[in-house]
Amino acid sequence: MAVAVKKPTLAVFKFASCDGCQLTLLDCEDELLAIAGRIEIANFLEASSAVGPGPYDIALVEGSITTAHDAERIRKVRAQSKMLITIGACATAGGIQALRNFADVDEFTRVVYASPDYISTLRTSTAISDHVPVDFELRGCPIDKRVLIEVVSSLLAGRGPRVRSHSVCVECKRRGTVCVMVSRGTPCLGPVTHAGCGALCPAYDRGCYGCFGPQETPRPQSLSTWLGLQDRDLVRLYRTFNANAKAFKEVSQAHEPHHR
Amino acid sequence: MSLITDSAERTLRVDYLARVEGEGAMYIKLSGNEVQDVRLRIYEPPRFFEAFLRGRAFTEVPDIAARICGICPIAYQTSGARAIEDACGVAIDDGPIRDLRRLIYCGEWIESHALHVYALHAPDFLGYQSMIELAADHPQVAEQGLALKKTGNRLVALIGGREIHPINMRVGGFYRVPSRTELLALRDPLQQALEQSLATVRFVAQLPMPDVTRDFEFVCLRDGELYPIDRGRIVSDRGLDIEPAQFARNIVEEHVQHSNALHARIRERGAYLTGPLARYNLCYDQLRPLAREAAAEVGLDRSCRNPFQSIIVRAVELVDACDEALELIERYEPPDRPALEVQPRRGVGHGVSEAPRGMLYHRYELDDDGTILDARIVPPTSQNQLAIEEDLRAVVDRYHDLDDEELGLRCEQAIRNHDPCISCATHFLQLTVEREDPSPVAAELG
Repeated sequence: MAVAVKKPTLAVFKFASCDGCQLTLLDCEDELLAIAGRIEIANFLEASSAVGPGPYDIALVEGSITTAHDAERIRKVRAQSKMLITIGACATAGGIQALRNFADVDEFTRVVYASPDYISTLRTSTAISDHVPVDFELRGCPIDKRVLIEVVSSLLAGRGPRVRSHSVCVECKRRGTVCVMVSRGTPCLGPVTHAGCGALCPAYDRGCYGCFGPQETPRPQSLSTWLGLQDRDLVRLYRTFNANAKAFKEVSQAHEPHHR
Repeated sequence: MSLITDSAERTLRVDYLARVEGEGAMYIKLSGNEVQDVRLRIYEPPRFFEAFLRGRAFTEVPDIAARICGICPIAYQTSGARAIEDACGVAIDDGPIRDLRRLIYCGEWIESHALHVYALHAPDFLGYQSMIELAADHPQVAEQGLALKKTGNRLVALIGGREIHPINMRVGGFYRVPSRTELLALRDPLQQALEQSLATVRFVAQLPMPDVTRDFEFVCLRDGELYPIDRGRIVSDRGLDIEPAQFARNIVEEHVQHSNALHARIRERGAYLTGPLARYNLCYDQLRPLAREAAAEVGLDRSCRNPFQSIIVRAVELVDACDEALELIERYEPPDRPALEVQPRRGVGHGVSEAPRGMLYHRYELDDDGTILDARIVPPTSQNQLAIEEDLRAVVDRYHDLDDEELGLRCEQAIRNHDPCISCATHFLQLTVEREDPSPVAAELG
């Protein structure tokens, strides 16, 4: 079959976020120019003022949905994208800005802004998958560069991405790091957190703080009893960058003094 | 870009600014050759960091504040940690922990400046839309930029654990400090980075340079003997000379509706500029000799008021950061403990450091047990916003003979002179979207 040789197109879209996950693409210093040779980067505003029209073969979506306008915009992005991949904790779980989901947004607005009347924002920060179907989710705050390269290369090669879904705990064992919880009693979310970072924190003598979000079958309620922390600190521990991910959300609510 | 021209009125509008961090737009209205209105509009959704920091533990600041910005997390971690330490009566003003903080901060300057010079800004000067386009014609230039950026990132990752949102910074210091051997592995790459930085100064100095002179009030930190990075007094060239604790008394923020943003001004004076140009003008004497020589070699005056030349100043700062990083590595001896003990107490603390794009101020109020009662963060981009708008007026005044497309591009380039980070500024900016519908579908998707 004769097929016109056309490079697949890649677009990067940003919603509420810190820009760090799309920066990961630019941080692929050794691979960037090679990737750019295989893919037509059709829309990547952080890196280029050249904006090509859709549809796009691959859309990388960073950030969470926090405004009515963005809830509409993600539908248009979906309609223009064959394969939609969320990159990072904001897009995949709502990000740190999802802490508003547990609070009074009007009060939040008053704290930050002199004229709260001007602010138009949704009461929640939600994941992309709460709004449109997502083809693949990359975890992490931020995503890991190696995982990003694997996913992009696998799409170019026409195979499924090989991304591990076990816990950080397994990565730690594989790396040969002495367990910080067993050896020093340091609270660690490694047993319930999705792999991908390479078990970084324990290798730097601190406990995992869950920035890749819950792994596939976590048992955080069970882990909580081993951490030696008060309820208030447990709530803080689970409520960071993946606070709105189901497993972390539920366990944090269970530890709240006035459980809703 | 949308261009609407008629005989008397011209409107230059860019609905989605590219090659900046975050989401912003530019709107300029001229009547004849007179500038009627200039707005740098920021429509990135608010994320409410100051609000949700309330009620968190004082030890959580470095991890949480980092998430404001993926480009300069070390700046957020440093200003944040220093503010908390200040509230608790601890100051890390010298010794090996401070050296390590400056070293990882040098890494952030190197990666951020290299990114900005090569990927975000140089394409403007050479008429390209991106570094990837630039690389097609000048592969060795792009490769040099990426190599520099990589070395900066390696330094951040070695000390911090990873490039973006490093995990090793904490209140009081670090979780784990590197061994001497680990750091020495970066000596050769940094030596190369230093050579590449010197080549960068020569490369950017021969770029076609727009000619605009501005009467900025420059504001930056000034430290005893070192070029400002991690600490210092806040000084200006018009008499400001204060401790970080006096920031709020001297710098006010106004919620200005027309520009959709809170603007920072010096009380009773107005706009000021923070960032590389300010540091260079106010602290030229503290640059390392090698950096001063590099500036002199390309004829960069010690007083520099052309905002377009900020690209040269960034390159000079690359030389300075590489050279200082080499010295810090050379003399490094690991501290006895990776962190000082910081006991919480009721009080208020202030921390300021020099992010690659300018001064970053944090203030925290703590309860007895270290629970955060109040947080305030003033990022460089919101401080520079007024000055950027004034720059745009000056650029339009100077170049109104250009056609709309050329003038629009020149204005975008002028915005990028200050490496604005809109994601940083956002938690702080008002959101009123006046989105005139840009027709292409791609533009609509942002």
